[in-house]
Amino acid sequence: MMNHDSVYDGLLGGDSSQWAFGTDFEDPLAGVDTTVPAGVDGGELAAYCLMLGDDTLVLSQRLAEWCSRAPELEEDIALANMALDLLGQARLLLARAAAADPAVVPVLPAGSPVPAEDALAFFREAGQFRNVRLAEVVNGDFAHVVVRLLLFSIARLAVLQRLSGSGDAVLAAVAAKGVKELTYHRDWAGRWFLTLAQGTDESRKRLVSALEQLWPLRDELVTAHPVELSLAAAGIGVDPAGVRDETDAVLDQVLAVAEVDRPQRAPLAGIGGRTGRDGMHTEALSRMLAEMQVVARAHPSGRW
Amino acid sequence: MVSLRERAAAVAGTVRDPEMPMLTLADLGVLRDTQVDGEVVVVSITPTYSGCPAMATMRDDLVHRLTDAGFPRVEVRVVLSPAWSSDWITEHGRAELRAAGLSAPGPAKKGPVGLTLSPTRRALTCPRCGSPRTEVISEFGATACKALYRCVDCFEPFDHVKEI
Repeated sequence: MMNHDSVYDGLLGGDSSQWAFGTDFEDPLAGVDTTVPAGVDGGELAAYCLMLGDDTLVLSQRLAEWCSRAPELEEDIALANMALDLLGQARLLLARAAAADPAVVPVLPAGSPVPAEDALAFFREAGQFRNVRLAEVVNGDFAHVVVRLLLFSIARLAVLQRLSGSGDAVLAAVAAKGVKELTYHRDWAGRWFLTLAQGTDESRKRLVSALEQLWPLRDELVTAHPVELSLAAAGIGVDPAGVRDETDAVLDQVLAVAEVDRPQRAPLAGIGGRTGRDGMHTEALSRMLAEMQVVARAHPSGRW
Repeated sequence: MVSLRERAAAVAGTVRDPEMPMLTLADLGVLRDTQVDGEVVVVSITPTYSGCPAMATMRDDLVHRLTDAGFPRVEVRVVLSPAWSSDWITEHGRAELRAAGLSAPGPAKKGPVGLTLSPTRRALTCPRCGSPRTEVISEFGATACKALYRCVDCFEPFDHVKEI
């Protein structure tokens, strides 16, 4: 007999293991062989996985902030769908980082059920994040999310296509799946780019303004960090500078149809040559993390 | 004589997808393999999308169904490669989708991925009235794997399972 005074009694039915969410964490790489390939440094592989995984985690959070704020319901759902894809990729990449080098995982109180990928997402400081700064800047208007996603997805799709041939089987599998997802992210962003460019004077003005604003952050997507170069040489990673020509060509295709000029603004400099890949971020990241991490940090044992 | 493995595979094959319960995990192509190793049943599943939130439920459902059927130990493994494709949905699964008012996916695109700046064109028939006159409402539906369409003749909206 269901007790209607407490909905949880009915749901649990005396067997808490029937309750799918909240009682148990699962390993997203359960049963997957996560042995570090011969000749590859586990620490370097972990750093590389954090770079790619932090890009998608941080951008996913920014996209999720659009939830209930998009101009129409369909686009609200589209943004949430893409955020979920990127979050899924982040989860696998952060879990892969933790398996490659457990030393990267923040230490939590003994007995904490928080899995490694969540510890990486919620218990690192901004300076330990390796994402490109394009992913972290504060959301603007709808044109801003379209341009950011277009710039990101063009470069990431080109990288993932090559990464699907990685000597690391886990990265190769995550990349092959990601290719399918980034393909429709890129199409979505490209179509909206055209719609806004060819729409009203106001939509075009906003689009051009968002492109000018985000352009200095684009270069980081196609600039190699030493870790990326080292793993590219080992056949594990991809040198993002190697996809620069391809990303230029795809972007030019969109700009030509949209009749929008390529911005001339110079890349945003790092600080002492250090950029997002080195943990040197804009102020926006720590503010975003403060909100994203606050509940997990208040309950490091996963109970309240 | 039915082997233990066949019996375990048959039980695993009855578990349904939590998002699209008209499909079994086997019909959806998510259930990749069932093996029996000593007294442990090892079931392999693959996510449809990287962020598929139903994986935990699928795992729990598999464990419970097999445990209830008398298999004391069940291990569910994730298989990431090859990546899931909508081409893996069985003919039976496609018929079940149509019977439930959903439109089944066409063949997935293969090979190099080009930029598509025009809307995706699909020749769909309305799963309710059979009309070929349909229009897309949104490429992004209630779950990651579905697009939302509308029939121009009977005006009913319907979900189309996307090609991936």
